Amino acid sequence: MTEALAAFLEATVRTATPLALAALGESVTERAGVINIGLEGAIMAGAFGALVGAGVAGGAAGAGLGFVVGALAGLAASALFALFAVGLRADQIITGTAVTLASLGLTGTLYRSIYGETGASLATPTTAPLAVPGLSALPVVGRALFAQPPATYALYLLVPALAWWTFRTHAGLALRAVGERPDAAAAAGIRPRRVQLAATLFGGALGGLAGATLVLAQAGTFAEGMSAGRGFIAIAVVVLGRWHPVGVAAAALLFGAASALQYLFQAMGWRLPYQLFLALPYLLTLVVLASVSARAAAPAALGKRDA
Amino acid sequence: MTLRPLAVGLATALLAVGALVLLLALTGHDPAAALGALWAGAAGSRYALLSATLVRAVPLILAGLAVAVAFRAGILNVGAEGQLLAGGGAATAVGLALGAAPAIVALPAALLAGVAAGAAWAGIAAVLRRRFGVLEVISTIMLNFVALHAAGWLVRGPLQEPQRIYPQSPSLGAAAQLPVIVPGSRLHLGFALAVAAGVALWAFLRFTAAGFRLRATGLNPFAAASAGRIDVAAVTTAAFLASGALAGLAGAVEVTGVTYALYENLSPGYGYTAIAVALLARLHPLGVVASGILFGALEAGAGAMQRDAGVPAVVVTVVEALLILLVLAADRLGERLRERAPAPAAAVPAVERAEAAA
Repeated sequence: MTEALAAFLEATVRTATPLALAALGESVTERAGVINIGLEGAIMAGAFGALVGAGVAGGAAGAGLGFVVGALAGLAASALFALFAVGLRADQIITGTAVTLASLGLTGTLYRSIYGETGASLATPTTAPLAVPGLSALPVVGRALFAQPPATYALYLLVPALAWWTFRTHAGLALRAVGERPDAAAAAGIRPRRVQLAATLFGGALGGLAGATLVLAQAGTFAEGMSAGRGFIAIAVVVLGRWHPVGVAAAALLFGAASALQYLFQAMGWRLPYQLFLALPYLLTLVVLASVSARAAAPAALGKRDA
Repeated sequence: MTLRPLAVGLATALLAVGALVLLLALTGHDPAAALGALWAGAAGSRYALLSATLVRAVPLILAGLAVAVAFRAGILNVGAEGQLLAGGGAATAVGLALGAAPAIVALPAALLAGVAAGAAWAGIAAVLRRRFGVLEVISTIMLNFVALHAAGWLVRGPLQEPQRIYPQSPSLGAAAQLPVIVPGSRLHLGFALAVAAGVALWAFLRFTAAGFRLRATGLNPFAAASAGRIDVAAVTTAAFLASGALAGLAGAVEVTGVTYALYENLSPGYGYTAIAVALLARLHPLGVVASGILFGALEAGAGAMQRDAGVPAVVVTVVEALLILLVLAADRLGERLRERAPAPAAAVPAVERAEAAA
């Protein structure tokens, strides 16, 4: 029983990691008043970029390069989004949908063109879980928290850093001002569009890292459409986490748990259709969005075109 | 009505094809051979045109109309994919249950079941929006994934074929199949249904009071509520349900007209392509019929391109995305030029405005 629980918690943190990365990035983007539905596309681009980057070099260097190229690919996808949604003030939702479609098509086309119909049978270097001596031997939560791939540990630093940056620095204040009252921010000498552009690119880069994590720390390979809606789930995670880094991380854990439930139920020998577990994170998103009164905490100018 | 939207649409399509050529060249394919295969597969023969392009256009037109009616009301329903699967699943279940009934009963019942299931699936998101303020963009996408897994469960559970080997339903009886309308081809009655739905939706939006209320709500819900005394919540909910009904019909028509059975991958993303179909047509129902046929040709041609020229079919997704972005850009640039014009827009002769915007 404890073994099953430990495995469940470990899977929870593992599946929560890419969600948390993407959602933290999106929370910054949304703080600037921009909702980037193209995050799904950034994750997909990041996953493909990681495959390419990791293939160039081998071993640990390859994995490191994979994360860099993944982040850059996510950045590129969000740059396309920003060009239309921030630069031209086009509808953010429709632009995001188009960027996701474009990313799906581009990664699929490039993947098949580079690796052929059979796909990447090449062994992508992955980052093995890195056990922290001592701490990883803690009962039940030890492996869950301290025997994870490095990407998870990066989150332990990113969450407090983002919280401090958002609420304790001038730059963070500027970001929040743009998302709440862009006209007032502009009057105070802030350039709203520049802030929105930077926030969108930052969110895209983290989305790319999330995609890279899927490839380099989890699947060990790439599959078309492997982001499987994580970008959209991440947006729900942001709402549930109330745009606060700590809340977002906690919300990502909840969704990780929903995905990991299938392992627990398998271990318990429950006989339910497995599709129910596959659908669970999506159903949970709906329940969460319905029960959280999102409007109260959302940046006031979120999604508005004429900021 | 001027010809300007048509010209912009044509220019957009040309730019997208140009980008496709560039992408093909960059990924090491022969653009000429690929485009040749695309053309042959889409319109090169009677078979290609009637049995590939037009058959493929049917679900795209119906789902495109679904997207158009929702977007016109200001509802961003991007869940046509899930509503289509719900419609396909319900039509299969009813079609199989009424296997012994005459066609005059079984076929309409199956189609109506699809319509109802699509509306119900959209209804979940409609309720979440109206009662809880949940963004329909997120909820409908989530419901797409739920529908996909539900379909996966149906074809491995309650609706699986009797041998229980393949993840698919048994085949529908002849009574629940849409008849072929051009002898010697695969073109089925669903095409006529889709065109009729386009004309009906156009007439509804153009000539009825309810259609006017829908358009007014989409253009400016606050003005519609305060100046027009329109019950905005009721109008948007109705439009959401109608949108789901149309997408559900798309699924039911696909099952009764093409596959004759439910599969997990019944739709290769029709619901997502439908967004591009609707936007390229500027949400105009008759335009949706035309752009649905264009996209049907693209997808039919893409299949041929993959078979005959070794180009991944998924490349047309890039073209679809580009079309959406180009339409957005054209709209925004047009608006900006008008905003910057020193004289009031009405004082500038229409010809000059068209030139400035082009």
